[in-house]
Amino acid sequence: MSAPKFTSLTARCVVLPVQDVDTDQIIPARFLKVTDKLGLGDKLFCDWRYLDDGSLNPKFILNQPEAQGAEILVAGHNFGCGSSREHAPWALVGFGFQAVISTMFADIFKGNAVKNGLIPVTIEPAAHAELVALRAKNPDLQITIDLQTQTVSWLGQTPVTFPIDPFSRTCLLEGVDELGYLQKFQTQAEAYEAAHV
Amino acid sequence: MSQNPKTLFQKIWDSHVVAEERGAPTVLYIDLHLVHEVTSPQAFSVLKERGLKVRRPGRTVATMDHSIPTKGGYEAADEMGRIQLRLLESNANANGVRLYGLNSVQRGIVHVIGPEQGFTQPGMTIVCGDSHTSTHGAFGSLGFGIGTSEVGHVLATQCLLQRKPKTCEIRVDGTLRPGVTAKDIILAVLAKIGVGGGTGHVFEYTGAAIRALDMEGRMTVCNMSIEGGARAGMVAPDDKTFNFVHGREFAPQGAAWDQAVARWRTLPTDAGATFDQTVTLDASSLEPMVTFGTNPGQGVAITQPLPQPSSLTNANERAGLEKSLAYMKFEAGKPILGQPVDVVFLGSCTNSRLVDLRAAAGLLKGRKVAKSVRMLVVPGSQSVKLAAEAEGLDKIFKEAGAEWREAGCSMCIAMNGDQLSPGQLAVSTSNRNFEGRQGKGGRTVLASPLTAVASAVAGRIADPRPLMT
Ligand code: SF4
Repeated sequence: MSAPKFTSLTARCVVLPVQDVDTDQIIPARFLKVTDKLGLGDKLFCDWRYLDDGSLNPKFILNQPEAQGAEILVAGHNFGCGSSREHAPWALVGFGFQAVISTMFADIFKGNAVKNGLIPVTIEPAAHAELVALRAKNPDLQITIDLQTQTVSWLGQTPVTFPIDPFSRTCLLEGVDELGYLQKFQTQAEAYEAAHV
Repeated sequence: MSQNPKTLFQKIWDSHVVAEERGAPTVLYIDLHLVHEVTSPQAFSVLKERGLKVRRPGRTVATMDHSIPTKGGYEAADEMGRIQLRLLESNANANGVRLYGLNSVQRGIVHVIGPEQGFTQPGMTIVCGDSHTSTHGAFGSLGFGIGTSEVGHVLATQCLLQRKPKTCEIRVDGTLRPGVTAKDIILAVLAKIGVGGGTGHVFEYTGAAIRALDMEGRMTVCNMSIEGGARAGMVAPDDKTFNFVHGREFAPQGAAWDQAVARWRTLPTDAGATFDQTVTLDASSLEPMVTFGTNPGQGVAITQPLPQPSSLTNANERAGLEKSLAYMKFEAGKPILGQPVDVVFLGSCTNSRLVDLRAAAGLLKGRKVAKSVRMLVVPGSQSVKLAAEAEGLDKIFKEAGAEWREAGCSMCIAMNGDQLSPGQLAVSTSNRNFEGRQGKGGRTVLASPLTAVASAVAGRIADPRPLMT
């Protein structure tokens, strides 16, 4: 089975300078009635992105001309808190994002993101502030995320290392399917059941 | 002191390791997998694509709660909601999974029926595609929410890949004063640590105030652990726990019961075991708590003025507070008491059990819901509903002017048609006050059932204590 793959990416970014963005903002619950993963990109940040009459809210950052084609979201602290809905990364990926940079991610969101090839890049507050300031001056700022070296860099600066657990990194670099990996342990699971149940 | 003292969490973790490979997360065995209609369709699709079946249907339990109408019948659901409910039926049937379907008298919110039917037991690992799986930790189990990919993993293998979280003790000493409840404890914890404060950790709640809570109160506290960013929340099992589980349909019986209790008694954290972090709180000093912002960590004692953004030194936090107050249409420095209320919602996996309805009805008896307020009472399960009706609680609610509904998540998540209109203010016993959570443009104040009733009666945010003398 095909699993998402990621090695490196150089792309423009868009900054959402809000902390504690919860999954209800990323994708409101009324769109969770879908029974597949497709089509959620249109609903990403729906209540911030659209006005009451359904037209695009020109003030929202994703709707500004300089945001078009950006593949990296630079978000505030504690991104993705709240519910466990995997619809949140489905919507971000559906919109065209391949990575999110923040100073902290909520646990379940981070796990869900990786499984969908969306790279959660955690950097220190000082580096984050520097990135946001540079991007404000230069809307075309290119960011490079290299999973092989676990680094993120911009404008030829010294690359900043970001943490990612080794297993997720291997899965993404090699396109390993996690369910396939887990299935290899079925004999051990049976032994466990025989001993415990 | 034991030789190698361990925490409750550590004991459960260690006893569920199936395998560990270098450089990979632990393969953890899952004892109980709870399933609902919203986060399971895509997981069942993966099984179908790969020609797999549910590996342990006997350890899998499904219910309908999120999209389900609380007025009864499928008819009230919209087309997509109906498709989702029917799909769960066919997936459960095709895999031999027990389903508490639309007409089941035991159907209810997944985190209410697990304990109610005796599925939830001490020492277990419990998962669900739902972040409030932390609720089950009240029984001294390890319960946590997972994403839909992981729902597929557990359906197919009964195992999960997990990295071990850190531990945090939340010690709540002292005695609660009248009118202050388990909900106020957890809202105070969240106000103290913030919505990201528990990220990467599992909480264990300890201390005299936690031991004094009944099982329902412990569930309320553990339920909102995820609101602090924690993976799970736990309370060591004791006689209250065992008495609650005893005699329930899926609890061990006879000799198996005695063996189980003997095993469960070894679970509590050993003297001398250490936590990665500790947070303390004095229950004796607590007042009823309410949230004023758009995340559950933005809470204050009900008698206190709203905080001033200018008091915050961190620019991001200041911006966050300003944004929240603007959305809520509340003014910094002003009291929250007396703000006019449009809707009162009594329900959700946080506060919809029989004891919550009893406490609310006790305060509402002989009083009326203010004319300007719509009050919804949504029991956590059909069993709760029937038990409440047997005690006549439904009459108290209806006579006061509240709506008495069928079980479901209802206005906690506003997927089933029960929702706020833009601008409306709700006092809600649920767990999330995110922007639009209870309906686009709706404003939510989280509170205990007692504060919710006092506010329904006054038509304004009100302190329940004056009504209790
Ligand atoms: S009641 Fe609310 S929080 Fe609980 S499971 Fe339902 S939607 Fe989630």
